[in-house]
Amino acid sequence: MRPITVDPPAFFNRGPSPLARLAFFGILSLALLFADTRYRYLENVRQTVAIALYPLQRALEMPGAAFAYVSGYFGANRRMADENATLRQELVARAPATQGYVREQGENARLRALLDVRTQYAPTAIAVQVLYAGRDPFTQKVFVDKGTSAGVQAGAGVIDENGVVGQVTRVFPYMSEVTLLTDRDQAVPVQVERSGARSVLFGNGTGRSPELRFTSPSADLRVGDRLVTSGLDGTYPPGLAVARIVDVERDSGQMFARIFCKPLAGIDHSEFLLVLSQSSALPARPEEPGDADALKKGGRARGRRG
Amino acid sequence: MCKGRVVRVLPHVGSFGPASPEEILRPARPWFVLLSLLIGLLANLAPVSGVAMTWRPDFLALVLLYWCIQEPRYVGVGTAWVVGLLMDVGDATVFGQHALAYAVLAYGAEYFRRRVLRFPLWQQAVQVAALLVLCALIVLLVRFVGGAPPPGWRYLASPLVGALLWPLVSVLLQTPQRPSRSGSRR
Repeated sequence: MRPITVDPPAFFNRGPSPLARLAFFGILSLALLFADTRYRYLENVRQTVAIALYPLQRALEMPGAAFAYVSGYFGANRRMADENATLRQELVARAPATQGYVREQGENARLRALLDVRTQYAPTAIAVQVLYAGRDPFTQKVFVDKGTSAGVQAGAGVIDENGVVGQVTRVFPYMSEVTLLTDRDQAVPVQVERSGARSVLFGNGTGRSPELRFTSPSADLRVGDRLVTSGLDGTYPPGLAVARIVDVERDSGQMFARIFCKPLAGIDHSEFLLVLSQSSALPARPEEPGDADALKKGGRARGRRG
Repeated sequence: MCKGRVVRVLPHVGSFGPASPEEILRPARPWFVLLSLLIGLLANLAPVSGVAMTWRPDFLALVLLYWCIQEPRYVGVGTAWVVGLLMDVGDATVFGQHALAYAVLAYGAEYFRRRVLRFPLWQQAVQVAALLVLCALIVLLVRFVGGAPPPGWRYLASPLVGALLWPLVSVLLQTPQRPSRSGSRR
């Protein structure tokens, strides 16, 4: 017989009190949070559960996709003809650049061989489609429809037809998570196209412009300059468009100038993206003098780079 | 054999409304509780974008809160914690963030459940709003400690929308427990 719900007597309580349970689970949650952010022990667990949830997620996304397909089917004919014409014109306009590119590549290879410079590794690309945007209001992420089964690697750069979009941060078997360059934890090494000055573009979060941090006020940067990837660090191939400078604040009292940029790629609304493989096999980073001294002293924690 | 005379203190607001005090309710089935939690999880994971993302309530927290208040024997702090872990994995955020928030939510529900059940539905919604805002604030706190920027007042829109949905969710989830019309006439 079920006990009465209103005011049960004490000897009908089962197990530890709710407060004891809360204390236990609270401590367990904090331990999990620590383990996850610090040591990433739980990535395997997350992968397993993500595989289990993947069919549910695709099933949930199907009604939206079906609705978009049906509504697009009925209005599409005239719009597709117009879009077709525009794309053909654009293709013709880009023909000189495309044809010149192959010639330039050959010439570049010959010149590099003459200078005995190591040949550049040609990146391969995987075309992906954006499934949906990330749900967390604190990070800027999108999810794309290819994962390890198609050869996507974590850390690969992602671009669309106008420029760099971000980086692959997590791969699942059939899906990947791409962090956009406007996310607070993202940084892209860039170079000003006009002057060759190198800097790093840091994301600033939702709704704020990414900025070039730690640039000296005397650097050769102007409003309207185009920023391209510099190719350092081996993540993005060099020469891809990233952003355009929109605001430069040079305050004589500050140590660094504040430079705000607008990304050139359609960060929020691109649908088709390209995942690039790692651009070059860089040699190992050489030991710094501080590391060598610390090793001699017997491996103190100060010499360890994270 | 007595199935248990369970008294629900909810006012009568019409034919589609919560049970009146003198109505005898059937007990809740465990499979229905699990099904409602699963549907809440799927509703939370459904991909939306833009304006809908700001205003979408945490359906899973709402359903969890309902069952913690009405059936504390089935759903308690432990169940809420496990459900929070599943939500964390589905959301691809830090592991343990929603688990902690839902565990605190379940404890709050257990602590305040008799007080909440004495009020009419719309006043329950106000108290539920306080609990849901607490849950959202715990999620926010965990992200703060991890180094996220403050999101602004719009972040509180989603628990408040959830509290507005509380009367509807309450009535919907209680429907299988109400006997059919012909049964109650007897």
